[in-house]
Amino acid sequence: MQLIINGATHETDVDEDMPLLWLLRDELQMTGTKFGCGRGLCGACTIHLDGRPVRACLTPASAARGKAVTTIEGLSKNSDHPLQQAWIKHNVPQCGYCQSGQLMSAAALLQDNPNPTDSEIDRAMTGNLCRCGTYPRIKAAIKSAGQFVNAAGGNEDA
Amino acid sequence: MPDSSKQIRNVSRRSFLKLTGLAAGGLVLGSALPGWQRPWASPTGGNSELNLFISIAPDDTVSIICHRSEMGQGIRTGLPQVVADELEADWQKVQVVQGLGDKRYGSQNTDGSRSIRRFYDTMRRMGASARTMLENAAAQQWQVPAGECKATSHRVVHTPTGRSFRFGELAAPAASQPVPGDKDLQLKGSDDFRYIGKPVNTVDTPAMVTGAADFGQDVSIDNMLIASIERAPVLGSSIKKLDDSAARKVRGVVAIERLDGGAEPPLFHPLSGVAVLATNTWTALKARRKLQIDWSDSDHLGHNSDAYLEKMQQRVREPGKTITDHGDVQKALASASRDHEAVYTVPYLAHATMEPPSATAMTTDSSCEIWACVQDPQSVQQHVGNALGLEPEQVRVNVTLLGGGFGRKSKPDFVIEAALLSRKMKRPVKVVWSREDDIRHDYYHAASAEYYRAGLDSDGRVTGWLQRAAFPSIGGTFSAGVDHPAGFELDLGFADLPFAVDNHRSETQQAEYHARIGWLRSVANIQNAFGRCSFADELAHAAGKPADRFLLELIGPDRLVDPSQGDYKYGNYGEPLEKFPLDTGRLKEVLRRTAARADLTLRGDQQSGNGEGWGIAVHRSFLSYVGIATRVRVQDNRLEIMEMHAVADVGLAVNPDRVKSQMEGSMIFGMSLALLGEIRMEDGAVSNSNFHDYQLLRMHQSPPLEVELVDSQEAPAGVGEPGVPPVAPSIANAVFAATGKRYRELPLKKHLSIG
Ligand code: FES
Ligand code: FES
Repeated sequence: MQLIINGATHETDVDEDMPLLWLLRDELQMTGTKFGCGRGLCGACTIHLDGRPVRACLTPASAARGKAVTTIEGLSKNSDHPLQQAWIKHNVPQCGYCQSGQLMSAAALLQDNPNPTDSEIDRAMTGNLCRCGTYPRIKAAIKSAGQFVNAAGGNEDA
Repeated sequence: MPDSSKQIRNVSRRSFLKLTGLAAGGLVLGSALPGWQRPWASPTGGNSELNLFISIAPDDTVSIICHRSEMGQGIRTGLPQVVADELEADWQKVQVVQGLGDKRYGSQNTDGSRSIRRFYDTMRRMGASARTMLENAAAQQWQVPAGECKATSHRVVHTPTGRSFRFGELAAPAASQPVPGDKDLQLKGSDDFRYIGKPVNTVDTPAMVTGAADFGQDVSIDNMLIASIERAPVLGSSIKKLDDSAARKVRGVVAIERLDGGAEPPLFHPLSGVAVLATNTWTALKARRKLQIDWSDSDHLGHNSDAYLEKMQQRVREPGKTITDHGDVQKALASASRDHEAVYTVPYLAHATMEPPSATAMTTDSSCEIWACVQDPQSVQQHVGNALGLEPEQVRVNVTLLGGGFGRKSKPDFVIEAALLSRKMKRPVKVVWSREDDIRHDYYHAASAEYYRAGLDSDGRVTGWLQRAAFPSIGGTFSAGVDHPAGFELDLGFADLPFAVDNHRSETQQAEYHARIGWLRSVANIQNAFGRCSFADELAHAAGKPADRFLLELIGPDRLVDPSQGDYKYGNYGEPLEKFPLDTGRLKEVLRRTAARADLTLRGDQQSGNGEGWGIAVHRSFLSYVGIATRVRVQDNRLEIMEMHAVADVGLAVNPDRVKSQMEGSMIFGMSLALLGEIRMEDGAVSNSNFHDYQLLRMHQSPPLEVELVDSQEAPAGVGEPGVPPVAPSIANAVFAATGKRYRELPLKKHLSIG
């Protein structure tokens, strides 16, 4: 099976039903996409398929055929997506484990809506759990990043 | 193509450094190199070791060992920041290196909110010692008195002439200087602090926002197998019959192995289970579902958590075992003009760290190497060593980042599983716990019932206070026959009553264990503060006084309390009371500030049960004082938390931003347990399985949070845990203010829908 991940083509030989999560983590050693629940309940595994956020734990590898897969490793070329910068500025992460997924959900939100309201942020982010409790900082960081996403016109490396 | 930099390989340090660019000059913090791969900067490769924690490279890079585990509390920043300050290092040139498990570091048990308070002084001395060695080395080079040489901002300057050396230039000569004695160390004055008490960038953040930060679940080793384990659903049962024929047929399955367990007390032993070993996680998980296992009976088969809590509630109403007894409670209660009693319950809780436990091991006949997300690598050395018949020193433990810990990852059962399976397979094995494994096989926070009774005089002052606790002790996990709460659990917000009441008595009641009981962030303070702070609020209403005024009276005059009496010796979180007193003055100050953030006169519509209200709670734990003020709205039986404030006196805050983030996290952790958290057991087995039925607070339920730190120069106290205990009672108190209904049973979702 041929897949395009973060702009690069990968040839893999795995069961077609293997979720992208495990393909990325075990076969390609791209471990930025995290395993939190395996059932679409926590958002830690969030990636983009053709720019839309999906849960990699529920998306079989075959569903990505012919589509652009973007993971946290490909969110920006130089680790400088406005959200990544805002995350550092607000010192968002605690343990950090949920943050790849948070960033990928937030990036998809800002792509559609660079100036989301509180409730729009809540709606887009409610599927992403953070046991450490970084929600208020995530919210603040998303708000401060929105204007820059607009200016940059989105810089996803897909 | 696999990214080879993420594979652990046997490379020499030199080529490793080349591979990763670690030795390059002008090193930046939070390099993308995973924490568990970072080599300890030993004297090889041109680095000079000044002491156990500090080495300096010719290019000026200062490597500082962090020997404690990072799980979101920022310790990989906090401790090195203290070292760097005393060392006069430039933070931009500091590289944090994760220490292996090694008893030379002293305790590495990252638990009990004690990393800073236990190591603050040590880290200052380490920094000061290395600084002195650099200054002495410069003096020798210049042939001038050491007193004329002063380290400042990564250089040593000869003050009379202004000439200077970079730290890197002095590293080698400094390393051969004699180590100064403690009395020759000059510690900095707090006015000269450059990093201590200042917000400093968290070293791991850049890696965390690019996916480069590596956790236990992310470890990958050449030739490694992945194991997924089906464990006995009921404690104490073992495999009776196994049919693994279908599982074996799944492509990619390499082996199926039994793990024998079931012995009690449970200790840190792996549970009985059947491991499916495969070349990838998906195959292991999939094949595991095809296992057919009959489990043997167990004494705990009849355990039902609802019935158990019911029984505990009855028991706590009966006289129990006396722990402390001051004055004459019976008489005080008998002669009180008003008498009030209540029983509070908290269910079993799970840690649910965002990263489920995971460990990787490579075991040979004479050694074992571990890569894992563990809170206590020395305990891993000891317990893995025991399981394999090796000395602790033969077990090398690399600590990864922890995707949350909260106490779960100080229990090394999951690491022993990996070590045993690697021995059987003669190759590296990574054990991956699924979320279901995590929820069903945790070391649970104990289910509890607590009874409180108090007498009030005609002025509404408390004259007698009786309290009784029943919950299965953590002690039962470690020794047979423990069936009452233990002294160390009564230290946590129960027998350490800070109230000026002449007559008070603390008792315990019997509570047998039926599950592995462990410590969860703030431990028994959870139920003890819920009971104590809810009950005090009930008494305030009974006395017809505002909660803050009533509490100030109840706490009484400023004084230092020593809760010890007779056989009950107060533990004070392992610290002497002289250094960390139980100071009612500090508690009252936090109370005043907390109350100032609330409107305690706000009363919702008690008739309809609709409206808004504020609640407060203050509690000392882990030597810190934290108050929480919460505003809630209850409408049509739907509870919404509108805002929450924390006021915290944690002594000196080494890194104020991380202290604040811990308080924010504690409020959200506290809300999860107050509103949603409940593990239920039926027929001995946990009936929850994942985040749909063990719910955690989500963003839309998370209100605006504010944190106020009391400016303090007192010794630094605990930060990671003390924010949790007052959250639940502050919410319950606010709900009462809003509705006139008192909920004494957590979680509140049993009674209200959660908005
Ligand atoms: S791991 Fe995919 S949603 Fe939790
Ligand atoms: S930062 Fe730890 S789970 Fe979100």
